[in-house]
Amino acid sequence: MNWINNVVRPKIQRVFKKRDTPDNLWVKCSNCGEMVFHRDLITAYNVCPSCDFHMKLGTKERFGQLFDNGEYEEIAIPEVPADPLKFRDQKRYPERLKDARAKTGRNDAVTVAHGALDGIETVISVQDFAFMGGSLGMAAGEAIVVGAREALERKAPYIVVAAAGGARMQEGILSLMQMPRTTVAVQMLREARLPYIVVLTDPTTGGVTASYAMLGDVQIAEPGALIGFAGPRVIEQTIREKLPQGFQRAEYLLEHGMVDMVVHRHELKATLARTIRLLTHRPGSALKQETLPATRPNPPAPVA
Amino acid sequence: MLSYLEFEKPIAELEGKVQELKTLAQEDPSVSISDEVAKLETKAAQLLKDTYSRLDPWQKTQVARHPNRPHFVDYVKNLIQDFTPLAGDRLFAEDAAIIGGLGRFRGRSVVVMGHEKGSDMETRMRHNFGMARPEGYRKGIRLLDMAERFDMPVITLVDTAGAYPGIGSEERGVAEAIARSMDRCLGLSVPLISVVIGEGMSGGAIAIAAGNRVLMLEHSIYAVISPEGCSSILWRSSDKTKEAATAMKVTAQSLEELGIIDRILPEPVGGAHRERAQMIRETGDAIEEELRGLDGLDADALRRQRREKFMAMGRLGIS
Repeated sequence: MNWINNVVRPKIQRVFKKRDTPDNLWVKCSNCGEMVFHRDLITAYNVCPSCDFHMKLGTKERFGQLFDNGEYEEIAIPEVPADPLKFRDQKRYPERLKDARAKTGRNDAVTVAHGALDGIETVISVQDFAFMGGSLGMAAGEAIVVGAREALERKAPYIVVAAAGGARMQEGILSLMQMPRTTVAVQMLREARLPYIVVLTDPTTGGVTASYAMLGDVQIAEPGALIGFAGPRVIEQTIREKLPQGFQRAEYLLEHGMVDMVVHRHELKATLARTIRLLTHRPGSALKQETLPATRPNPPAPVA
Repeated sequence: MLSYLEFEKPIAELEGKVQELKTLAQEDPSVSISDEVAKLETKAAQLLKDTYSRLDPWQKTQVARHPNRPHFVDYVKNLIQDFTPLAGDRLFAEDAAIIGGLGRFRGRSVVVMGHEKGSDMETRMRHNFGMARPEGYRKGIRLLDMAERFDMPVITLVDTAGAYPGIGSEERGVAEAIARSMDRCLGLSVPLISVVIGEGMSGGAIAIAAGNRVLMLEHSIYAVISPEGCSSILWRSSDKTKEAATAMKVTAQSLEELGIIDRILPEPVGGAHRERAQMIRETGDAIEEELRGLDGLDADALRRQRREKFMAMGRLGIS
């Protein structure tokens, strides 16, 4: 027995331990090419320390940043019909769903949670681009609606962190109908005079931009985020010319009056808190602009 | 001149023959071919009927885009008296891809608007093939505001390949314009009847199609993206349009089953473009009926009905 305990077990453990260590300790910034130590990237919420490029941020990490002490509770989304059209392109839709679920560990593109943001009870929905391009199907639409209902019930502000290529084509017209559905959800918040704030992240396009993601009381965009209706490729094909530099980027939208502000990810929480406090007649916050976490969140964030 | 679609070739041949024989008989009255003509005519009519009773989704897409299919202006000309088009969004420009205005429909003052594709090169250019820019939707919002203020029901006719994807469109926020337009439709306190008369593609269509009642012509199509767009994105190829149209279930029949639309308006045999006047009249009858059905509802009830209807979508009709 001793031999097993002293030799075999450590060996087995070593094999498994090896798996736990991330194999890519260094992440290359896709903008400036700088190699960033992965822990530094996590601490910086996936903002490149050398060039400020905002990489995509996972759902968990986003909740972790916005909710106080990273504490929050996810809200269950009721089941929606799976594969209502029995859709098949090069692959069957259920297979694509299975792959996306395995890849992200999420049931669908939008996750809803509630918790305290600067001490204020808040509902936040995060759309994950990693899940089939964040596309808006019945499950994602339902999640946006459930989040709005939760906010109504809690008399809480509602924040949607949007990211999507557009509609989930595999759900056809049922995907298109999520545009009016989510719009009705926004109307309910408006009537209840609850703040509805949209954070547009890279990228947000298509039917998502043409519904709930453009209907916020306050529209915030992350630096450099691609935001638009038609994707740049479609536009180039239509007009047959090169698009201008910075076209459809957050700063371009700000200049053209389509968003209220472009906010650095490190200032996002403080900005949201300040805005909500003003809209709900609460006293000012002591929250500092720079809201880096005291402790590093784990496990490591997925990086784009 | 009626133009024939690719799949109508056998019909075109038969009808061509009938025409030929008739011309022949006219030129030379001594030749008696009336029996032959009658037989051929029956055969052609039967073939037309058979073909149109089993159109596949891609064929329907072509019928929905048929150049002779009645367009917004045809419906307005025949159904709306005193039509008074109103132009401009008061912010940037007039966009003729969406036409809208005041008019009298079977005795009532109404606001009517819809996409116009144009019917020849000149009008197609003027109306940008029915692909609206933000201004079109913002003009629409202005008209919806007015309809509410003056208590007029609204009729929207949907016929677009989608909103226009161009630099100016994006620069002036076409996504926001679509979202606001849909928002305005859903919150409207007067009756709103939407009819998909040709193709209803993507956000550009739903922007003005969130009605209390949504009707579709028998061979019209309604989808989240055009079959071409779907083919190029999901199949990475431009020639899978038939597969895409089929997979997306774009037909009126599928959409009725899915509980997305309320009613299908049957088309004349061979499609709306063969009997335009009849199609337009029957569409008018249907709109009148639907408006009458909403007559008892007050502002709150209208808004609630519309919202609940869209909220419930995806729960009904799906097994």
